[in-house]
Amino acid sequence: MSSLASLDMAYAPVEFENVRIGFDEGDILQGVSFQVLPRETLVLLGETGTGKTLTLKMAAGLLQPSQGSVRVLGHKVSSMPERELFAFRRQIGIVFQEGALFDSMTVGDNVAYRLREDHLSEEEIEPRVLEILRFVELEHAFDQVPSELSGGMRRRVSIARALITKPEIVLYDSPTAGLDPITAQTIITLILRLRDVYGVTALLATHRVQDGFALANFRFDPQSRIVVRERPITGRPADEPTTRFIAYRDGRIYFEGRPEELAATRDPYLRRFLV
Amino acid sequence: MADTSFQIAGRDAQPVERHSMAEVLVDAFKGLLSNIQDYTYMATRSLANLLTAPRYFQDLLDQMDNIGVGSLAIVLASGFFIGAVMVLQTGSQFVRFGQTALTGDIVSLALVRELGPTLTGILVAGRVASGMASELGSMLVTEQVDAMRAMGTDPSRKLITPRVLASILVLPLLTALNDFVGLLGGCVASVFSLRLGAVEFWTRAINALEFPDLMQGMMKPLVYGFILSTVGCYKGLTVRGGTQGVGRATTQAVVVSNIMIIGADVFLTKLALYLGDKLF
Repeated sequence: MSSLASLDMAYAPVEFENVRIGFDEGDILQGVSFQVLPRETLVLLGETGTGKTLTLKMAAGLLQPSQGSVRVLGHKVSSMPERELFAFRRQIGIVFQEGALFDSMTVGDNVAYRLREDHLSEEEIEPRVLEILRFVELEHAFDQVPSELSGGMRRRVSIARALITKPEIVLYDSPTAGLDPITAQTIITLILRLRDVYGVTALLATHRVQDGFALANFRFDPQSRIVVRERPITGRPADEPTTRFIAYRDGRIYFEGRPEELAATRDPYLRRFLV
Repeated sequence: MADTSFQIAGRDAQPVERHSMAEVLVDAFKGLLSNIQDYTYMATRSLANLLTAPRYFQDLLDQMDNIGVGSLAIVLASGFFIGAVMVLQTGSQFVRFGQTALTGDIVSLALVRELGPTLTGILVAGRVASGMASELGSMLVTEQVDAMRAMGTDPSRKLITPRVLASILVLPLLTALNDFVGLLGGCVASVFSLRLGAVEFWTRAINALEFPDLMQGMMKPLVYGFILSTVGCYKGLTVRGGTQGVGRATTQAVVVSNIMIIGADVFLTKLALYLGDKLF
């Protein structure tokens, strides 16, 4: 399928090279290579079980590939010992599919978790937690526990928790899965704001192609503080965040390209995502 | 097979593989060895973590509170009744020889050397090992353990080490309380059932004990605490199969830790008797 001829070969915050991973049932990913460029959002499309979550977990060093290399922020995470990975992971943020919030802690404690691990004083922690909860519009939920929150609120807390250390890269695992369209839109708007306010590089796994198109076609204007339609690609500044798609099929990259290439595809398999 | 909207290629039913009995046994043995290796690694690491930072002191206190204070009621209640039953059983035999005064000696020795530590271990394992397995198992299946790793925290240090250390520190204290309350129960039973004097019972019970008995009684709970906590954590962190798997792990944690405690009791008793003879 189509590939990006103009791929910038400069520093890529995330780089997968011929990555294979599998379990007893066989290889799930069979030699996958791609890069995520600075401030880029790479949308990983695929059916359930095609290895999207595995890709994110390998990028975070939570799983090791059986072959190939994974580089993130210059670290070869595919061969780092677990002890070093703990330090590395503090530089990235991960939003898990179901939020993965610590259910015995309040929202405030969940968000503050990383800062407490870094032994920051409570005077420093509280304003930072409130600031990030304000960003995800959940300041009022500070003292609530995860079981008292809706699915969408849990995802937003999870995003806040991933953002508290202002990471350079955020990995989103199906952030809108199982949510109603309105809540899913809220989450995508939040991801847009994150990208356009903080300039984070993102790897987003999803089976909903509309999430990727929303990221590609809209941007958050920090001046007017509203979401506006994205300019045509030719009229954009060079340093503006971009969105790109990768689609997995049968353990390989089946499609790699820009949103407009995906939208114009005539491939019957890819068309099924567009319906 | 061509793809349609409702049919995806490559998903045809696979033929069922058949294995011989020998293959099944070999696989089971390999699985057992692999489990023992993983458990040994995890258990060793849980203690080795104490040598280097970070250490989670607050988590240790929380676990000591949960394991120690939380188990107090069942340990004290069962200790009291076990002591009373011991007196009733032994007293009914001693009555035949007119030696009811010996009841205090027997109950004291049996409780301090054997019943106190082992019953405390088994009771606490029932409550704590199952709790650890279900709590950690739930955290695992809801990706909370992965989230912890993703935020740069070593789950072995944060989740396992405080639980193991807390169990090791708290179990001897619970055992000591169990012994005392057991003797109290024995005293009540002997006063009301055997018509023995309370002072006589306590005097004989205390005089019957020597240092090797106390050493034996306090050495065992240290090992039992280590066993029940490491088994609980291991079963919790190796859960497979969602919430059903958590239930299975919880049951297995109790069964395995109880068997290990009783098995360890045999070796610890032999060791304690040997050391008692050689050193004291």
